[in-house]
Amino acid sequence: HQVLRVVPQSDEELQKVQELQDLEHLQLDFWLEPRKLGQPVDIRVPFRSLQAVKVHLEASGVSYSIMIEDVQALLNEEKVEMIRSSRHRSVDTATFNYEAYHTIDEIYNFMDMLVAENPNLVSKLEIGRSTENRPLYVLKFSTGGSNRPAIWIDTGIHSREWVTQASGVWFAKKIVEDHANNEGVASILETMDIFLEIVTNPDGFAYTHTTNRMWRKTRSKHAGAICVGVDPNRNWDAGFGDAGASSNSCSETYHGPYPNSEPEVKSIVDFVKSHGNIKAFVSIHSYSQLLLYPYGYTETPAPDEQELHEVSAKAVAALSSLYGTKFTYGSIITTIYRASGSTVDWTYNQGIKYSFTFELRDTGRYGFLLPAKQIVPTAQETWLALKVIMEHARDNMY
Amino acid sequence: DIDGVGHKYYLDLELEDVLDNDRTVNCTAEVLYHLGSKTSAPDVQLTVQGELRSTEEADKEFYHRIRSLEKELVAENIPDSHGNVPPELEPIHLLAWAASGYVIWQNSTENTNFNLAQVKHVKQVKRNDEDLQFDFVVLLHEMVSQEVLPWQVTLLWHPQRGARVPQ
Repeated sequence: HQVLRVVPQSDEELQKVQELQDLEHLQLDFWLEPRKLGQPVDIRVPFRSLQAVKVHLEASGVSYSIMIEDVQALLNEEKVEMIRSSRHRSVDTATFNYEAYHTIDEIYNFMDMLVAENPNLVSKLEIGRSTENRPLYVLKFSTGGSNRPAIWIDTGIHSREWVTQASGVWFAKKIVEDHANNEGVASILETMDIFLEIVTNPDGFAYTHTTNRMWRKTRSKHAGAICVGVDPNRNWDAGFGDAGASSNSCSETYHGPYPNSEPEVKSIVDFVKSHGNIKAFVSIHSYSQLLLYPYGYTETPAPDEQELHEVSAKAVAALSSLYGTKFTYGSIITTIYRASGSTVDWTYNQGIKYSFTFELRDTGRYGFLLPAKQIVPTAQETWLALKVIMEHARDNMY
Repeated sequence: DIDGVGHKYYLDLELEDVLDNDRTVNCTAEVLYHLGSKTSAPDVQLTVQGELRSTEEADKEFYHRIRSLEKELVAENIPDSHGNVPPELEPIHLLAWAASGYVIWQNSTENTNFNLAQVKHVKQVKRNDEDLQFDFVVLLHEMVSQEVLPWQVTLLWHPQRGARVPQ
């Protein structure tokens, strides 16, 4: 396989490249999709399609360069690395390697092992299916009762933010351990349930493993859209389509054709509405080291802003106490940027007062490519902040 | 606010040495963003108050190592998907940061926030003069739009002359 780069300089050239997208038999994989003139388009071309693609481009005078001569060599290297790091496939959650990044299959396998080892505490719910028909799994941690007030945590809604899925796996194990040792969140589990969705965007996550490590969105293809994928954190019904999201399908912040167009989002919306008793909702992202609360779509302060601000201060102090990691906190719009259609703006407007978004480590040195050895410290410190939020929700029932 | 010219910012900065966390250096800077201009880089004046750590030994060693390579250095994906950087490529990673700094400066406005996401590709180009030349393809992540975009940038480096982006 080779990776070819084309930089369309005219509308005709752009069209020629877009035509390639429709020729399914060529099995082309666009690392950088055609967007507009002057922007590079990177195409991974299987060996047998190389001639056809080059002929198609050359016939129209579209120039291209060979960016990567041999993709197989690259992939071999990465695969070796993954195998090396998870060579000993664990048979239980005690030997699972929390200090490494895992594939979707490994994480789904971990979930099954956790449930099998702790059937009285943990169950796995399928809340829907992704665009590519992958199951959307949520782990439920409960010591009983019926529809107890609950806490929701999701990780991996943006697939390239790998430290979040990895932290989610660690959180799952931590909850089980605390319960077994009757410490930490054991007391919270006496009166509340915890729901944890670790791989909230499985199609995107699979894509970051096979094709493009920097993929953020879902993998949906909507009618009339020239590019793939919707930003799941702009697809919620809160200020949907307002400033702070893009209507261009090629954009990383494309909000989608309508709210909840993404099954990954709709399934959570349906779950939250039918559960009806969620008291705290935390959506986890990386990177920037921020703790955020609503709103992102408007400058109007949330009615509970003062309380949310105080809880954030406490949570951030707890996080920092472990390794000194500094977090900034505040409302989305004042702390990071205007963002419309975001998750916690919707959950807050549904009446879930304690709605928070985290942006985990780091602040840009490694960004999305956070070294695996930082997974556990990140998860540990974040857990302290989550406990502050969970305990506050428990102690301030509404 | 400077009428008819643009916006000027006065900054007090503390630089932290990434390779030696206890080392910090204070700086002051003036940054002028030109009015309405998306095609010109902001003007930057920087004053470093104090001294930067000497890296003479490590610089010399790196320089000689690269100069004595039989084949030109070529590498991809620094860091890799798992955040790993092989130790011998760490200096290349750092040079890529410098090169990215130039690109970021050239493309910054008051509404952008760039970070180097990954060095996608680097190729050393042997030269007749004493400089080392590295042709980079870097991925820059822009926070506000969330786009990760590739940029080609060439960097020249020499132990005494330092890093430069040729025009």
